Amino acid sequence: MKLSSRHLLQLEGVPKKDLELILDSAVSFREILDRPIKKVPPLRGKTVVNVFYEPSTRTRISFDLAEKRLSADTISFSASASSVKKGESLKDTVRNIEAMKIDMVVVRHRSPGVPYYLTQCLDANIINAGDGTHEHPTQGLLDIFTIRQKYKRIKGLRVLLVGDIKHSRVARSNIWGLKTLGASVAICGPTTLLPYEAERFGIDIYTDINEAMEGVDVVNILRIQLERQKAGLFPSQREYTNLFGISRERLKRLNKNFTIMHPGPMNRGVEITNDVADGPASVILDQVTNGQAVRMAVLYLLSGVDERDSSEDSE
Amino acid sequence: MKFDLLIINGKLIDPAFGFSKKGDIGIKDGKIEKIYAPGKLTPKVISTFPKESILDANGAVVTPGLVDIHVHLREPGREDEETVVSGCESAAAGGFTSLCCMPNTQPAIDNQETVKFVTSLAENADCRVYCIGAITKNREGKELSEIGDLVKAGIVAISDDGDYVQNPDLMRRALEYARMFDLPVITHAEDEFLAAGGVMNESFQSTKLGMPGTPAVAEEIAVIRDIKLAGLTDSRLHVAHVSTVGGVEAIRRGKAEGVKVTAEAAPHHFTLTDDLIAERFDTNLRVNPPLRTEADRQAIIEGLIDGTIDCIATDHAPHTEEEKDTVFDEAPPGIIGLETSLGLAITELVGKGYLSLPDMLAKMSANPAHIMGLTSNKLQEGEIADLTIFNPDAAWIVKEKKFKSKCKNSPFVERKLKGKILVTIMNGRVTFRAK
Repeated sequence: MKLSSRHLLQLEGVPKKDLELILDSAVSFREILDRPIKKVPPLRGKTVVNVFYEPSTRTRISFDLAEKRLSADTISFSASASSVKKGESLKDTVRNIEAMKIDMVVVRHRSPGVPYYLTQCLDANIINAGDGTHEHPTQGLLDIFTIRQKYKRIKGLRVLLVGDIKHSRVARSNIWGLKTLGASVAICGPTTLLPYEAERFGIDIYTDINEAMEGVDVVNILRIQLERQKAGLFPSQREYTNLFGISRERLKRLNKNFTIMHPGPMNRGVEITNDVADGPASVILDQVTNGQAVRMAVLYLLSGVDERDSSEDSE
Repeated sequence: MKFDLLIINGKLIDPAFGFSKKGDIGIKDGKIEKIYAPGKLTPKVISTFPKESILDANGAVVTPGLVDIHVHLREPGREDEETVVSGCESAAAGGFTSLCCMPNTQPAIDNQETVKFVTSLAENADCRVYCIGAITKNREGKELSEIGDLVKAGIVAISDDGDYVQNPDLMRRALEYARMFDLPVITHAEDEFLAAGGVMNESFQSTKLGMPGTPAVAEEIAVIRDIKLAGLTDSRLHVAHVSTVGGVEAIRRGKAEGVKVTAEAAPHHFTLTDDLIAERFDTNLRVNPPLRTEADRQAIIEGLIDGTIDCIATDHAPHTEEEKDTVFDEAPPGIIGLETSLGLAITELVGKGYLSLPDMLAKMSANPAHIMGLTSNKLQEGEIADLTIFNPDAAWIVKEKKFKSKCKNSPFVERKLKGKILVTIMNGRVTFRAK
């Protein structure tokens, strides 16, 4: 089985069968992570470059580990310690890297569309690790994988995203992926942090958290950034917590067997209380583990490595 | 009778006078010496003229030269993007015989010397160049430029184009002061606080792409404010590149209330919408004001039909390949437009039945010339021979390599257009001839 594209730029427009293929493949990679030796050979001989123009801890480590566990050679590159500081253009930087004969590029950048732009400059497979506030497809996939792991399905589930939806690439990828797979999606946050014409995503929109949580299965809580307050998008963190913070008290409106998610990093006590973050319904650390399995699946499927070759390798 | 040029078999259209007839035109010493009714010049008589002086316009339209009142020539300061000479060459290739250049050069056109510098460069160029002076010194929006001095140097309007004069009191004074000279004040209507660093239109497209969006109201509020100020001061206001439903409505209302307001629309705003950006993040779709929605596009067309929008202006804004070859939000806004303007107007407006050919031509020659108070070139004996000859039915494909502009930043490359410029004549001289 093959994906219909040789890049992963976004979840918008990705067909259901591709999403399912990635999620199904991630199941077997997830199993590998529980083995004593967590390394398999499919990407042996392949070189993956992680190009991070924005600071990142978990995504970068997650990709790096996923690549290493598939036996790829990996190089990480950050803009702060590179010729980008000397004024080199993005195109020249990546083309120089490609001239060193690499196969795949994982890219994070503050500008929407950078992964697409790289597909126009390079022959390598491109994976979007977050482009501005556009999309973060592997985060969307790992969230969906985590939900599916628990409920064994996505179709028919009610998923609520809470917080700064306007500036969240995670929200966009979640919305597209979940909708394609048949979930019902809602968003909730202060009106200043909801994107323009968001209803055209085909989702429900709430500004009252109590109402929004009624009958919901999964709550995915997004981080609130202090700089948004400074930009005048909400009056204070205190007020945000009062109106939208997820505390144990508010959980009783959710369906039984509910799930709490957060893509991290968390502001404990602001958008989520400690007891919710660390409570029994929280799958926040599972998300992190699953992130590796999903990224291994994406890397594997995009690498073009023939399944038969890799199974021979495994023998 | 001897002529420097003889145009035969053309369909003559003068949109200012509303006539459309067949005829032959003899040009001498830069002027229209004689207009002949069909058949007056027999083949025998024509054969007495030297072959090289005869232009056969069979199947083509001969019309007064096109006028573009919104062009960025980039000189002085960014000669790598465009020069006065290259911009004029591009204008001639687009059928233009007159253009007005915006003052957002480096340094800005806010003093007599810079006006003289630009006009001196244009002396032997392929298009007449009229300067628009800056409203405020260095276009900083703080103090009025020496507008009287600029008028003496020959400017035809004032504008801080690229920037809105954010201070309403200063704009009021600019309008009041300009009234002394009967000078139009051109507004780049965009409230900077509402625009808030947007790189495209605020719409579902910007939501999907996660791009900061400029809301339509940033334009609408700015247009409404300036129309109110023009009404208050009884001054002439011209709204540049209107792009929104609300902007068009405000101008319509202003005109109905008797305010001296005129407006222009750019070809890309009546042709394209922001839906395209998601397809390929093409930096040649980044313009300011941004490409809007289909409803906005329709409102622009409606405004052109009912006369709310008086003219078409290109907002020709060259940027180098190096500047545009980047990601969307880092690319400078602006596209070139001089060489595709007539083709787009014919394809999108005439071809789709929104405007008649004479009405469309009025919006590209007589009306813009009137707004700027330029010598209106007419198809009459004794008038200056500024003429455009084009075939309205000929189809052509926009080719990057064929652009005369120094820059090629056009979203219309490889697009099929109808309406091909054959010959442009400025002051009796052929400034462009299609190969």
